[in-house]
Amino acid sequence: MNLALIILTGNQLVHLTSVDLVIIVFYFVLVLAIGLYLKQRANTSDDFFLAGREMTAWVAGLAFLSANLGSLELMGWAGNAYKYGILAAHWYWIGAIPAMLFLALVMMPFYHICRTHSVPGYLKLRFGEGSRALSAISFAFMTVLMSGINMYAMAVVMRVVLGWNIHFSIMVSSITVAIYVALGGLRSAIFNEVLQFFLIWAGALLIPILGLVEAGGWSGLKARILQNLTEQHVANPGAYTHLWSTLGDFGNNPMGINWVGIVFGLGAVISMGYWTTDFLVVQRVLAAKDLRSAKLAPIIGAAFKMMVPFIVILPGLLGLALLRDPNTGHLLRLVPGDLAWSDAGQAQGLHGYDEVLPLMLARYCGPGLLGLGITALIAGFMSGMAGNVSAFATVWTYDIYGALIDKNASDESKVRMGRWCTLLGVAVSIGTAYLVMQSQSIMDYVQQLFSFFIAPLFGTVLLGMLWKRATPAGGFWGLFAGTASSVGMWAWVKLNPGAVKYVALSLRAQDQAQNMFRALWCWLICVLVTVGVSLVTKPKPDAELTGLVYGLTAIPHEEQVSVFHRPIFWAVVVAIVFVILNIIFW
Amino acid sequence: MKAGGALSIWFFIGLSLLVNGGLILGYGLYELTRRPEHPVVLYQLHANIWWGAVLFLFGAIYCYHFAPGRRSVTGH
Repeated sequence: MNLALIILTGNQLVHLTSVDLVIIVFYFVLVLAIGLYLKQRANTSDDFFLAGREMTAWVAGLAFLSANLGSLELMGWAGNAYKYGILAAHWYWIGAIPAMLFLALVMMPFYHICRTHSVPGYLKLRFGEGSRALSAISFAFMTVLMSGINMYAMAVVMRVVLGWNIHFSIMVSSITVAIYVALGGLRSAIFNEVLQFFLIWAGALLIPILGLVEAGGWSGLKARILQNLTEQHVANPGAYTHLWSTLGDFGNNPMGINWVGIVFGLGAVISMGYWTTDFLVVQRVLAAKDLRSAKLAPIIGAAFKMMVPFIVILPGLLGLALLRDPNTGHLLRLVPGDLAWSDAGQAQGLHGYDEVLPLMLARYCGPGLLGLGITALIAGFMSGMAGNVSAFATVWTYDIYGALIDKNASDESKVRMGRWCTLLGVAVSIGTAYLVMQSQSIMDYVQQLFSFFIAPLFGTVLLGMLWKRATPAGGFWGLFAGTASSVGMWAWVKLNPGAVKYVALSLRAQDQAQNMFRALWCWLICVLVTVGVSLVTKPKPDAELTGLVYGLTAIPHEEQVSVFHRPIFWAVVVAIVFVILNIIFW
Repeated sequence: MKAGGALSIWFFIGLSLLVNGGLILGYGLYELTRRPEHPVVLYQLHANIWWGAVLFLFGAIYCYHFAPGRRSVTGH
C-alpha cells in the first residue's frame, strides 16, 4: 500500500494537488528546523520555560494572541457565526479586549515584578502552598486532557476535510510538536506561534475579501442573509447581523442570551479569567524582556484580536449568505457536527457548522492557496498543542515536581525534567485522544469543565492582587468553593435539564448562555467565600506582600519615552476602536 | 546560521512567506496557460497571482531586512 493510500481514507471536502502538498511539507520542515536551531538557546530553566525572559513586546504579543488562535478556535467560531450570527463576535470583542487591556495595565506589573514562573507560582507567593497545589494540579491535569481532545478533534477535521487517516494525523502532528518543543522549549513554541499567526492571516484573509466581492459588500451580505433565512423560515433572521440590539430579551436572538450574560458572564468573568489567569496565554507575556514590553504585549495582542472576526466571523456569515449545493443549486444548510459526521450524515452528504471555514476556503482558493489555508489550520492546531504542552511542562516542573517532589532540584535537572515532561505531555495527550475516540461524550465534559476552572481562579488572583486583607485561608477556600460550585452547577443541569432556568435564568438558554451564567455564579461564590474567610482569619504581614499586592508594591516608573511608546496611549487607542466597532455593528 | 542564535524570528517568517508566495504565484501563472477543469468561484480575479505576489514581496522584504548578516542579535 503506498503512502497516499495510507493517508487518504474515504470522501473528503477538498482535494489537494502537488503544490499544496509541497507547501504543507515545507511548513513541517521549517518548524523542525526552528526547533533544532533553537536547541542551542535552551540551556537554563529560564531559557527553557520562559524563553530567557527576553522577548520583545511584538513577539510576546503575537504569541500571546496566537496561543489562543488555534485551528479549532478558528473553525469553531466560524461555525458559531454560522449558527448564531454576528453575536459570535462578542467572544472577540467584549469577550477579549477589556480583559487584555486589564491584564496589561493592572495585573501585568504584579506578575512581572514578583518574577514568578507561572500563575500557580504567584498563588504560592500570595496565598501559600495549598492554593498553588490546587491550581497547579487542576491546570496540569486539564491541560494535557485538553491537548488530547483538541488533537482528536483536529484529526477528525482532517479526516472530514482532507480525507486523512486519523492515526496518521495524530502521530505526525504530535511527534513534530514533541520534537520542536522538547528541543527549544518555550522559545521554540513562541517562534512557531508567531509563524502560525502570519500563516493564518496569509491563508485566511482572502476568504472575506473575495466573499465580500461576491456578496456585494456588507449591505449585500446582510440582504442575502435576511433573504436566505427568511426562505428557510428561521425566526428573527435580522438578529443574525446585529451585535447588541437583540440582547434585550432571551428570545430575540439565536443564542438565547441577554445582555447581562454577555456583559457580566462573558466580559467580566469568563474572558477576564481566561486572558488574565490561564497560564497557557499568560506564560507568553511573562517571557517579555521588561515591564514596558510586558504591558505592551497584551495591548498588541488586543489590537490584532479585534481584527480576527474579519477572518473568522465574516466567513461564517458569508457561509449563511452564499453557500449553495453545487449539484442542486439550493441553499446549503449546515447541521450540528455530531449529525454531519455520523455515518448517516456522511451518507447524505451533510456538512457540520464547523466545516463552514474549509467550505469557504475550497470555494475561493485554488491550488497553492488551498495548501496555504490548510497549512494555516495545521499550524494553528500544532501551535495550540505546543502551547498546552509547554505550559504543562512549566507548571509540572515548578509547581508540582519542584514544590512537592524535589524541592532542591538543580537548574539543570529542571530543564531535563521540562524536556521529559514535554514528551510525557504529548504521550498523555495521544492517550487522551484515543480515549476520546472510544467515548465522544468525554470531549464535551472536559471542555466545559476546563472553562470553569479559570472563572474562580480569576476571583482568587484578582483579590490577591488588589486586596491586601485577603488571607491564605481565604484564597484557598475561595478557589476551592468556586471550582466545586462550577462543577456542581454543571452536574445539576446534566442530571436535571430543567435546572437551566435557575442556573442560566431561562429555559431558552443555549449551551453558550449556560456557560456565561455558570461562570458568573461560580466567580461570585469564589469572591464571597474568599472575602468571608479572609475576614475571620489572620492576614499575612505587609512585609510579606511587597511586590504582590496593590498598595504595597512600588510600580517602577517607565523610562522616559515618547507618548507613542507608552502602553497607556495604545490601550486608549484600542479601547476607542473597540467602542466604535460595537457601535457600528450594534 | 550564527552560533548563539542570531537568526531572527522575522527571518523565518520572511522565508515562509517568500517560499509560499513564490509557489502560489508560480502556480497562478501556470494556470494562465492552462485553465483548470473546475475553476474556483471568482477564478477570473486570479487571486493566486496577486496574493502570491503580495506574500512573495513581503517575504523578500523580511528576508532582506532580517538576513543573518544584516543584524547582529535579533533573535527575539
